[in-house]
Amino acid sequence: MLPNRPITPSTLSVKDLLWQIAWSKDKCTLCGRCTSVCPVSAIELGVFRKRTLNTDLASAVPPSNVYQVYHGIRQKTDPAYACVGCAMCNLVCPNDAIIPMRTDEADKLRFHINRGGSPRNRGGRRNVPGGLLDQIKFIRISMLTDPALDAGRHEFELRTLLGRVLPPEENIKHFKEHGWIPPVREIYPLVIGSMSFGALSPNMWEGLQLGVAYLNEELGLPVRMCTGEGGCPPRLLRSRFLKYTILQIASGYFGWDEIIHALPEMKEDPCAIEIKYGQGAKPGDGGLLMWHKVNKLIAAIRGVPTGVSLPSPPTHQTQYSIEESVAKMIQSMSMAWGFRVPVYPKISGTSTAMAVLNNLTRNPYAAGLAIDGEDGGTGAAYNVSMDHMGHPIATNIRDAYLNLAKLGKQNEIPLFAGGGVGKNGNLAANAAALIMLGASGVQIGKYVMQAAAGCLGSESDRCNICNIGQCPKGITSQDPRLYRRLDVDMVAERVVDMFLSFDTELKKIVAPLGRSTALPIGMADALGISDYHAAERLSIKYVV
Amino acid sequence: MCRLFAITSKTPVSPMVAMEAMDIMREGHDGSGVGLFLRDLSGPFDEMKEAPILSGIFTEAGIKRLDRYMMDLGFMTKYKISIKVPKVPLPGTPRRDLYLIRAYEYPEGWETLSFQELGQRLLNIRLQLRAMGEKEEDMIVFSFWPDVIMIKEIGDPMQVARHLNLDRKELHARVIMAQGRQNTNYAINLYACHPFFIEGYATMTNGENTAFVPIREYLLSRGVRGYTGYQSDSEVFTHILHYTLRQLGLGIEAYKHIITPLQDNSLEAHPNGAFLKQLKQTCRQLTIDGPNCVIGCLPDHSLFMVQDRKKLRPGVVGGKPGCWAFSSEICGLDAAIPDRDKSKDFQPMHLDTTLVGPDRQEVKICSQTAPLPLPR
Repeated sequence: MLPNRPITPSTLSVKDLLWQIAWSKDKCTLCGRCTSVCPVSAIELGVFRKRTLNTDLASAVPPSNVYQVYHGIRQKTDPAYACVGCAMCNLVCPNDAIIPMRTDEADKLRFHINRGGSPRNRGGRRNVPGGLLDQIKFIRISMLTDPALDAGRHEFELRTLLGRVLPPEENIKHFKEHGWIPPVREIYPLVIGSMSFGALSPNMWEGLQLGVAYLNEELGLPVRMCTGEGGCPPRLLRSRFLKYTILQIASGYFGWDEIIHALPEMKEDPCAIEIKYGQGAKPGDGGLLMWHKVNKLIAAIRGVPTGVSLPSPPTHQTQYSIEESVAKMIQSMSMAWGFRVPVYPKISGTSTAMAVLNNLTRNPYAAGLAIDGEDGGTGAAYNVSMDHMGHPIATNIRDAYLNLAKLGKQNEIPLFAGGGVGKNGNLAANAAALIMLGASGVQIGKYVMQAAAGCLGSESDRCNICNIGQCPKGITSQDPRLYRRLDVDMVAERVVDMFLSFDTELKKIVAPLGRSTALPIGMADALGISDYHAAERLSIKYVV
Repeated sequence: MCRLFAITSKTPVSPMVAMEAMDIMREGHDGSGVGLFLRDLSGPFDEMKEAPILSGIFTEAGIKRLDRYMMDLGFMTKYKISIKVPKVPLPGTPRRDLYLIRAYEYPEGWETLSFQELGQRLLNIRLQLRAMGEKEEDMIVFSFWPDVIMIKEIGDPMQVARHLNLDRKELHARVIMAQGRQNTNYAINLYACHPFFIEGYATMTNGENTAFVPIREYLLSRGVRGYTGYQSDSEVFTHILHYTLRQLGLGIEAYKHIITPLQDNSLEAHPNGAFLKQLKQTCRQLTIDGPNCVIGCLPDHSLFMVQDRKKLRPGVVGGKPGCWAFSSEICGLDAAIPDRDKSKDFQPMHLDTTLVGPDRQEVKICSQTAPLPLPR
């Protein structure tokens, strides 16, 4: 741009962008792979004019100059095409000639991603790296009084329960009298959380299902996966693998027409039904599948027209009071499967979680409570919801557990924690910390995408374009040209790798604490933290 | 590690039998304290099986308060053993005014009460006395129950026993449980010393329960009177036993299924698999962990021993009809019952519940994989 040309308020330089492309003319082969792979068309072929001066001091030749043209990569500065830092260009470059670099200061782009008055939408997690869970240490190491166990050789039982557990007196009475005992599933404490068919690509979904089936049938690890709001492929509904699936119903009821119609043909009951009232990434906001991703297949499963955005309402239409409608919904869902399937609600982390929990304690059909903290990920949400709304999971889970313990119901309503578990790669440590704070199990989504499919997203605002269907790894895209990049079997293999390594790490945590016969739910005496106020708040030890 | 020794004998034996057995086992153990539980008493107490006996340690002021309190309730002293404390104190043992063992006559009208109601009242009195004592630091109360005496003190078990002259006829009993260590994992406190007792049930443990905190929270939230204290991680074993038998109405065979439930495959193969699976789920918070050998005594005077899921602690049962002993180590057993058939000694493994009933005729071994007598 010439200095005397007019500029607009949104005229940005490369320096103003969050991600800046570093490109080496020396190494570039001009093959064009980078420009074609870029999911947001942030780079294009650049034709550069360059003046070269010839000033030979040694001879009498008069100085001259010559204009030359060279070709290379130019980064667009239009906010609509800003680089997202996914670095696919780097991945495909044969010569490592190109790489996006993060700006050294707060970008100016953020002030302009609202063209047409539409605030920023994106996928991913809250753009805040770090977190409290990583600060929690396991301090109660079994030493000479109770020698540590051998994580590699001893017998371990690291299962958890999903379902309403009756108090012992009642359970025995109901058993004797052949009364109704609520369904309880014995499952692995690490659950693949609700990522919908639609949010994820068919290959990703199939890979996850395949991995889960392998873990169950070949390795005996009862791993469960939740569908999210988007229904379930008809063939899965009618297969024996349905028992490894938790079906989610949310405020848009997408996919439930198909599910209800499949009921008479189901060979197995699903593992459970999750009623989504909220999620950590966008608390108080409904699910969102943007039009880019609603193709023929997705539309068919969800029972909607193609090419329209699918925003679920923030709340269930029938809901006007927790006492009446939540209870009714839990009961209706239980009834649909003859009271053989646990039904539990999932809510966003919130300071009102205790009110919800207390209500559930009085509802004999409520099978648990899943709480999704502020660090939860999503396929699409408003940036403001993601970055600023929600409640951290640690205190929510701790309060909920202590509240149940006060009521004597800590074994009756299992709590499941989600939201940023393994955010910094420390999956087993984060999960174990939450379990010892009182969770019966944890739910993960983003971590699975990262570990099993190579998701590039990060809390430094890298990539995070799950919402527009352009996922460069094919994880959250509905475009066959993109999702064919993802090999179904290899996703499954990675899912298995991930769970097996998690299992070993979890044993490496609980064995030194002297625990092996049961999951150490609520074993808060094992936890310590060097933040005094956090220790006080969580009722764990303050250690420095 | 704690030293444990328990004996059940048709002919009453002196507590010194247990003390000597523990002394033989002292190698590799510290001698930081002693806890003694005597039941099915002989001598003067044989004549008053129904009379509740209060055991504890009192200061001069404490005893006065106790007398006032008991008198107000209408209890009359029926018989007492005075353990005179020698003038020269034992090094390492705090100076005490009085070790009290006193049998009471029930207040008028209490004889007609049901056993259950009577038990509740005795428990309430013990808890009340304990609370009073903790406030003024003038009373420590171990048990208040018919036909049961408990003595606990800090110091080497043998020295303490000699110091208090426990080898006296009045203290001879047919069931004796002894433990030789102060709690070292938590604060030193006589209330942290095994055996623990509640409403006729007593246990002592060798090991450490790593699941202590969640179990304590669960027991505390049961709303059962007497599920308090927990100065030691081992106290939960007594309360789980009480909970299993008294609150849930199950048999002693179910105790092991609650503290160390079977795993999937064994449950599926078990004739009572369906019930045990429910029991495992509903009592999940009572699953113990860590290395533990538990020796306990039931209200019918049965003695039993169970091990943790991995059998990480030693424990042996041996003897002859009429006299059986449960011991941490074989040398302890050798000291107490040398003339037994040693080839019949039994070391319970991870699935076993070993029980000697009130008839003292044989050792019954119940495996967790065996059918379970179901609640009726």
